[in-house]
Amino acid sequence: MTDRQLNAEALASANGEVFETETRVKSNVEVNGEYRHLVLDAPQKILNCKPGQFFHLLCPVSGGHQPYLRRPMSIYGYYPEKGELHFLYKVAGEGTRAMADLKEGDGFNVLGPLGKGYSIQDDWNNLLLVARGVGLATLAPLAQEARRLGRKLTAICSARSPDVLMSTDLFREMGAEVITVTDAEGTSDMYNIRAIVEGRIAAGAVDALYTCGSNRMLKLLQGLGAKHGIPGEIALEQQMACGVGMCQCCVRSFRRNDKIIHERVCREGPVFDMQEAMEW
Amino acid sequence: MVNLTTKIGSLTLANPIMPASGTFSEDLVDVIDIGAIGAHVTKTITREKRGGNPTPRVCEVRGSMLNSIGIPSKGIDDFIENVIPFYQRYDAPFVVSISAHSADDFARICEEISVPGVDAIEVNISCPNIEEDGKAFAMRPSSTHAVMTRLRAASDLPLWAKLTPNTGETTEVAEAAQDAGANALVVSNTLLSMAIDIHSRKPKLGNLMGGLSGPSLKPIALRMAYQCAKAVDIPVIGCGGISTVEDVAEYLIAGATAVQVGTATFIKPTTMVTLVEELRHFLASQNITDVSELIGTVRDDDAADSVVFMEAAP
Repeated sequence: MTDRQLNAEALASANGEVFETETRVKSNVEVNGEYRHLVLDAPQKILNCKPGQFFHLLCPVSGGHQPYLRRPMSIYGYYPEKGELHFLYKVAGEGTRAMADLKEGDGFNVLGPLGKGYSIQDDWNNLLLVARGVGLATLAPLAQEARRLGRKLTAICSARSPDVLMSTDLFREMGAEVITVTDAEGTSDMYNIRAIVEGRIAAGAVDALYTCGSNRMLKLLQGLGAKHGIPGEIALEQQMACGVGMCQCCVRSFRRNDKIIHERVCREGPVFDMQEAMEW
Repeated sequence: MVNLTTKIGSLTLANPIMPASGTFSEDLVDVIDIGAIGAHVTKTITREKRGGNPTPRVCEVRGSMLNSIGIPSKGIDDFIENVIPFYQRYDAPFVVSISAHSADDFARICEEISVPGVDAIEVNISCPNIEEDGKAFAMRPSSTHAVMTRLRAASDLPLWAKLTPNTGETTEVAEAAQDAGANALVVSNTLLSMAIDIHSRKPKLGNLMGGLSGPSLKPIALRMAYQCAKAVDIPVIGCGGISTVEDVAEYLIAGATAVQVGTATFIKPTTMVTLVEELRHFLASQNITDVSELIGTVRDDDAADSVVFMEAAP
């Protein structure tokens, strides 16, 4: 370990919550044609996470890939008992291409856990989440938390085709009822999802709605939430530089008390009130 | 034992490492002990509330970044009420960065922010001046002198003038700032730049253009810090692309009395506290017991003034 790393370890985190720290890659394997699952050997101090929080990742620079800024990525799983931190990602750009090259045993610098995660209020007994693609990764820890708290969870999982549906086994393991919809089967359109959610609401089986990322999903669930008076939360993405609230780069617009306000996705989010979030 | 104590005019810093404006805030206490660095420099504030620029506000280029954040500000009242008290718990000097688009507004905020708890004011004269067709005050010696004269009259606190690399008159601007009463120069702000996505053909920043920062700015800002240190008697604070202790040493040798670390904190939030310790080790390895012994020790004895102050690549 270099002096720099030692110093960073010793001095990181003034308040015992957020750390810049080195982890070690346990595995980094392809999940299906599109996604990769990264498992890190992580110190206990960074595993006190909440569902919906994220880490800011220092993607490795190599000959082929030279990402510069850190990349924010939502947590797929945190397991203090195993000392593991998991990420599920799609190789899409310079940063994730560099991550795909990580090999077992490689060091990987992470900063976190960061941001405000999902909440589960005491009287929210029946939770319903809707997610598609890599958004399922963001919502996976919510299923774990729902099980810990003994809440009932329904997960509507959407994908292009059945073979690229992810995390459905994980949701089932967590005791969730899983409903899958896919483009290939013609079941993933917004009309069908609306019908499924409305059916659940009519049966009195929804106390809170959760989703992440997608504009279409936001529009649908925001409308249903407003119509039926059901609270909801959405995790949003935005390009970030610092990830801790200093640079003001990751702001988004929100509607609050009839005013448009700007908040930082990294600090006030990434999870926001569904009704306050605005389409983009 | 190595002494890192650094003086910027009347202010004493425990060490010469401080943040660059816009890359630091109270939020960083989640990650590091900000009591360990030499001074605290805020993001630029304006008198009025402002929203900032459209997103995307940042993009990366090879090994560096561009930003066009704008100056989102909650206004001076919020700042005095909430931000100044936060920093009172630290011994490190508290430096407030201010800006405005006219000399009148600039002088007004300079006066209004001269309150107990503020130890120095960094005047961001690199921002556009609407009275000069949007040219930054610090692009020209005349507009620099004019605004610094107004600012000097508005406050008794030390004034640090933050210069811009978007000028061809580096030393003249530095001399104008000194002549009008600046107590130190911060050299420099970001360099106006652009990046375009070749697939969408859209500029990568919502505001079309933005400031380059990070390692690729360093040779430019270092050259300017060197020229300014040669041209003026007031302290020069080096700023631009610093991420390693070698970068810090290079600026100090060039003549900077202290340095500001910016973009590197985004990459590694522990950078500043790490640099304090690494600077101590570096100086010890050079058998230097006081950081002041390194400052301005560049070996340029044989160079003619025309070479030292040139504004075009030979």
